[in-house]
Amino acid sequence: MRISVDQSKCCGSGMCVLTDPDLFDQSEEDGTVVLLQEHPDAAHEATAKEAASLCPASAITIS
Amino acid sequence: MTEVISEELPITRQKPFDPPAEVTEIREKARISRLRFTDGHLGWLVTGHHQVREVLGSPKFSNDPRKHHLLDKRFQGDVPDDPEARKPQPGLFLSQDPPDHTRLRKMLQGQFTVRRMNQLSEWIGTIVDDQLKHVRSLNGKADLVTEFALPVPSLVICALLGVDYDERHRFQEDTATLLRLGSSFEEVRAALERIQGFMRELITRKKANPGDDMISDLLATGEPTDEEASNMAMLLLLAGHETTANMLGLGTFTLLRHPDQLKILKDEPESIDNAVEELMRYLSIVHFGPVRTAVEDVEIDGHLIKAGDTVLLHLPAANRDPDKFAGDPDELDLRRPASGHVAFGHGIHQCLGQQLARIEMRIGFSKLFQEFPDLRLDVAPEEVPLRADMGIYGVHSLPVAWSA
Ligand code: HEM
Ligand code: SF4
Repeated sequence: MRISVDQSKCCGSGMCVLTDPDLFDQSEEDGTVVLLQEHPDAAHEATAKEAASLCPASAITIS
Repeated sequence: MTEVISEELPITRQKPFDPPAEVTEIREKARISRLRFTDGHLGWLVTGHHQVREVLGSPKFSNDPRKHHLLDKRFQGDVPDDPEARKPQPGLFLSQDPPDHTRLRKMLQGQFTVRRMNQLSEWIGTIVDDQLKHVRSLNGKADLVTEFALPVPSLVICALLGVDYDERHRFQEDTATLLRLGSSFEEVRAALERIQGFMRELITRKKANPGDDMISDLLATGEPTDEEASNMAMLLLLAGHETTANMLGLGTFTLLRHPDQLKILKDEPESIDNAVEELMRYLSIVHFGPVRTAVEDVEIDGHLIKAGDTVLLHLPAANRDPDKFAGDPDELDLRRPASGHVAFGHGIHQCLGQQLARIEMRIGFSKLFQEFPDLRLDVAPEEVPLRADMGIYGVHSLPVAWSA
């Protein structure tokens, strides 16, 4: 599984960090998403998918 | 497919915690239906969870008030027809579209991150403790709204913005006027002008004397104009206290009326995170709305929404949609997976203060019921005055008692 994020779409809602802080963080400066793990291990696959579906700005893609 | 058409939006709630029964009926007939607006425009009423998310997430809809058809003559009857009278003030990014919205929201996003808000937990805990001490001093009886639910988020947002809490009389009544559905256009304009005057003073003061607060930080970036900064500060002040206050008030009323659920919260303190999400889902205090207007033709769930059509997204109905929430969505169930609710909206305008609100609610509900385990209603439940007349739903007051 591969996670990608699009900072230009992100509106800094923090939903991804709330869902899995091991995978996502937010920049101190403008609150946009920072990806911590591009290839999540099996234990984080479900939360990665959940974060992608919760993101209000469709800024997270799973492939 | 026969179309369901409503000539007027049902707004009367038969039960205190549920959306109007007619709206639920409409949702069960059609997740997307037609709704008549004041000027005769046949717009749309969206009540399905998936469909609400799709509209709010789509760049083909605008939130510029000049584009919206006026919703309802029961409370917007005297708003001027001339759209320019509804032009959003610079800085009020809730009512703006990209690129202005993006530029302004970005100036604040860094201040509302999950990490920043988590760092405030301890400080918010002290504010809640102090307020509960004050409640304790009231000899066994109090109105929980005036003594707890409203002060906590007001103290928090005032301190964060660098507004003097002792000056709250300068914005609290005007905020109520802005949220009251029956306020005339003139009353709203006058209230807005007074709050704006107060905010302009704040900006002048912060420029001369920067403090350790969000407004000083915002000004230090040099990015917003003074007018933008003062309207941004106003938006944060308004959005930051009435909303959380009503979740605390209505949420407490709800828990007191669902003792089995309250017991879960008391027995399993770690259930609080999900309890807050479920209370948000169950109550979605945005009374009805928000609205958006299509800027180009767009198909949503098989319906062609034309450019210029105004759409009402009914958050309370969407948060009870059985297609999304398994079991009986009309039941409060603190153990249900409630994430994905739309009580904070969806799309680029999704609540900027949501992580702050979550922490205020988690700490507020937890400490309230730890400190007052025998809290009870002090009036018959039918006597609790509901905010049926306000854009943000909740209770006007909540008389409670405890063993002193
Ligand atoms: C339980 C409490 C709260 C609820 C239910 C709530 C709900 C909402 C909703 C539904 C929206 C989107 C409106 C739309 O799409 O038209 C919104 C936007 C917003 N909220 Fe909240 N809110 C809460 C607390 C807060 C707090 C504590 C703050 C600030 C400190 C805040 C600041 C904002 C701002 C600035 C926006 C505009 C965002 C934008 O347009 O990009 N809210 N809120
Ligand atoms: S959930 Fe989406 S919009 Fe929110 S911070 Fe994460 S990537 Fe950005």
